[in-house]
Amino acid sequence: MINYAEFTPMNALMGGALIGCSAFLLLYLNGRISGISGIASRILGKPTESTAPSWLFIFGLITGSALASNIFSLPVPKIDNSWPLIIASGLLVGFGSVYGSGCTSGHGVCGLARLSKRSLVSVPIFMLAAVISYYLLSVVS
Amino acid sequence: MFNTTNHRYLAMFSIFSCGLVFAVGLQLAAMTHPSKVQGFLDITGLWDPSLALVLFAATGIFSLGFWSIIKSRIRNQKSPILASSFQIPTTTVIDKQLIIGSVVFGTGWGLSGFCPGPAIANLIYLDIKIFGFIIAMLLGMAIAKRLKKQ
Repeated sequence: MINYAEFTPMNALMGGALIGCSAFLLLYLNGRISGISGIASRILGKPTESTAPSWLFIFGLITGSALASNIFSLPVPKIDNSWPLIIASGLLVGFGSVYGSGCTSGHGVCGLARLSKRSLVSVPIFMLAAVISYYLLSVVS
Repeated sequence: MFNTTNHRYLAMFSIFSCGLVFAVGLQLAAMTHPSKVQGFLDITGLWDPSLALVLFAATGIFSLGFWSIIKSRIRNQKSPILASSFQIPTTTVIDKQLIIGSVVFGTGWGLSGFCPGPAIANLIYLDIKIFGFIIAMLLGMAIAKRLKKQ
């Protein structure tokens, strides 16, 4: 059943369009795919030519998030997960996205749009895994 | 058209701006809210389809630009406007790493409702749990990088 009280189609479409524009511009101007897990992982280890651009993109993300939150007076997200869950989730998200070479942005947005074979395999798998893990979590708690 | 120093600054500014626009999109779509993501994953309960529309709009716009503009630039061996070459993954091999990584990533994503982009965008709220998530995520990334090198 659809949760009409929470469904926000206009905001979702507008936000998604901005994400798509950003991903297109990054590729058109700088030749890079907007994969946030890849970008985040490139700040680790020995500095390479990708280190500085990755930091810049991350500073951009933080700045944009702060601007949008203030300009549109958006509500603050609630995080009611326990510490063990937060740490386990962080480890799995970090490990899985780098081991599988992508997350919701790299495989999800850019990969699906490019019809990349690897992304067409990855996205249904991680979506299904997420549905199952959330289901099991809600059964347990 | 540009001298090289200005060119470099322009490239740096454009990367920063792309990050900025990306996060405004995440915030507007409320993808920074774990409850919104988990509402989408809750297909057996009250389902919130918002995330599907975010993905639909983002892939739609990116597809248009990719297939109409980027593809022909690559075909005509043109470079991106502010960089020397396109860095697009070319592998098509479906290997164990891709499958295992996707399962592990999805499992973690379902547990908290956070993936890397929204987690970074959430840093602005200075919630200690977000810092904990990010540190754990970076640690997980470092371990995966190590394993992949072997």
